[in-house]
Amino acid sequence: MRKFKKQWAYHLMLLPGIAAIFIFSYIPLYGLIIAFQKYNPALGFASKWVGFDNFRHIFNQPNFVRTIWNTLYIAFFKILGGIIVPVFFSLLLNEIRHTRIKRSFQTLIYLPHFLSWVILAGVISDILSVNGIINQFISVLGFKPIPFLSTPRLFPWAMIVTDIWKGFGFGTVVYLAAITGIDPELYEAAIVDGGTRFQQTLYITLPLLAPTIMLMSILSLGSVMNAGFDQIFNMYAPIVYETGDIIDTYVYRLGIEKAQFSMGATVGMFKSLVSCILVSLSYFMADRFAGYRVF
Amino acid sequence: MKKSTASRTIFMIINYILLIATSLICLLPFVNLLAISFSDSAASTAGKVTFWPVNFTTKSYEFIITGGAFFPALWVSVKRVLLGVFVNMVLMVLTAYPLSKTKAQLRGRNIYMIFFVITMLIGGGLIPTYLLVVRLGLLDSIWALILPGALPVYNMIILMNFMRTLPVELEEAAMIDGAGPFTVLVRVILPLLTPALATVGLFCVVGHWNEWFSGLIYMQKTIHYPLQTYLQSLLKNMDVIMRLATTDYIKLLSLMSARTGRAAQLFLAALPMMLVYPYLQKYFTTGLVLGSVKG
Repeated sequence: MRKFKKQWAYHLMLLPGIAAIFIFSYIPLYGLIIAFQKYNPALGFASKWVGFDNFRHIFNQPNFVRTIWNTLYIAFFKILGGIIVPVFFSLLLNEIRHTRIKRSFQTLIYLPHFLSWVILAGVISDILSVNGIINQFISVLGFKPIPFLSTPRLFPWAMIVTDIWKGFGFGTVVYLAAITGIDPELYEAAIVDGGTRFQQTLYITLPLLAPTIMLMSILSLGSVMNAGFDQIFNMYAPIVYETGDIIDTYVYRLGIEKAQFSMGATVGMFKSLVSCILVSLSYFMADRFAGYRVF
Repeated sequence: MKKSTASRTIFMIINYILLIATSLICLLPFVNLLAISFSDSAASTAGKVTFWPVNFTTKSYEFIITGGAFFPALWVSVKRVLLGVFVNMVLMVLTAYPLSKTKAQLRGRNIYMIFFVITMLIGGGLIPTYLLVVRLGLLDSIWALILPGALPVYNMIILMNFMRTLPVELEEAAMIDGAGPFTVLVRVILPLLTPALATVGLFCVVGHWNEWFSGLIYMQKTIHYPLQTYLQSLLKNMDVIMRLATTDYIKLLSLMSARTGRAAQLFLAALPMMLVYPYLQKYFTTGLVLGSVKG
């Protein structure tokens, strides 16, 4: 009897959470049904069934194929830089012995991580604008100002570099934590054997950091469909759509601005499915190769 | 040995130069922003401002008090953070506690777990969620900013992992004394969990404070915009806001520009986070480490 009562209370506690998730996660999941319909706001989910017509239509749009390519391109280099740069800086910071100086550097490079993409987009747009500070320096050197954010060739790289800028401080702290966990006896043994600092880094720190690097790479596989809506939406303009328009910004313009709900949902569903496969795969691989379980 | 110390010194000099340069790259954009916000219209338009105000003026800050909607938006954000984080915490604690039990203690525990974890892998995406919020009549209500993310599943799992590290003896002792599950949760578990609650609570505070997109799509009247959404509208429409705020637009333009006005508001909005983040850092790293505690 007691045991039953206790169980009952646990189930009761779960109720609000289940309700919230059911309404705001499962109903929208069911709402993806409109990808197979011609959505009519008056009829809602009971709109006319059109099968795969929306998918056929969307895959024939040259703009859609373009957004997939842009998404993968931008996301790939963000992930790559987002691993290499923090590893590099964690190794550099690790060489600094004064805790206070080390922590000051950490704090400074950590700053952009805490600010929203809206604020950072405002700051970056200003810095990269034609009369922004970077172009002021370029002019002083005698070159013509470069409109970074309205040049299709440069736009994706502006996104990649500024994204790495925002996130590398955070990544550095993660890798630094992993380095701190390395057994100091290994370094002592290396010193006895006459190993230099550089050799210690190359033959002890890096190999022991490898599992963490691999884990972070595997986990980032799940985000190759996310090229960074918050960032790009706040900095792009029609002039750079050809290289800067990504799946999420495309869904927004299609679904919210043009109110083509079925088309927006179709693209969203495509992205959702691919992401789901990639995220599951990355969790599976993280468990298999790095012994890391998310849940 | 001597040679090794010489090369070490050279390395350390290069290392410090690199780290100082990188820290400056993270810091100087905000110094530039601050300098622009205190400069006058002519200097900013001519691109003369670097890291010190040119023709110092506080006109842009005076504008924030008299024109635009900075403070009303700030108030919306404060309400949103307080209400949103309260809802988050209640739901996370109530959900995480039963789920921290074993299969034997909570029948169906794994099924519940799958129910929550699936939403981390796949979701309906933007369009169905938007249509749902519209259907629920939440447009222009602060609840549209809070309910769709009422239970952050990832943070809930972090909290659950924390709970699993607590010794079971305390809980059992309280149960023997006749305390029910709710009493145990409030009197025994929560006091032991203060550091963990602080960590996930901070994640939620930063999340709500920085979020801007739901404000953009769910708030039709700009007066209901939270701060970040208001800032987002500034990035594109600062000149419109200035035009509407004054009867003598030409005179206003001679004192400040859209650029200086934007800079002032971006800086003011970034300031609270800049002041507190050095103290939040350690919670974020603990959260990160504990998030990976195996379940």
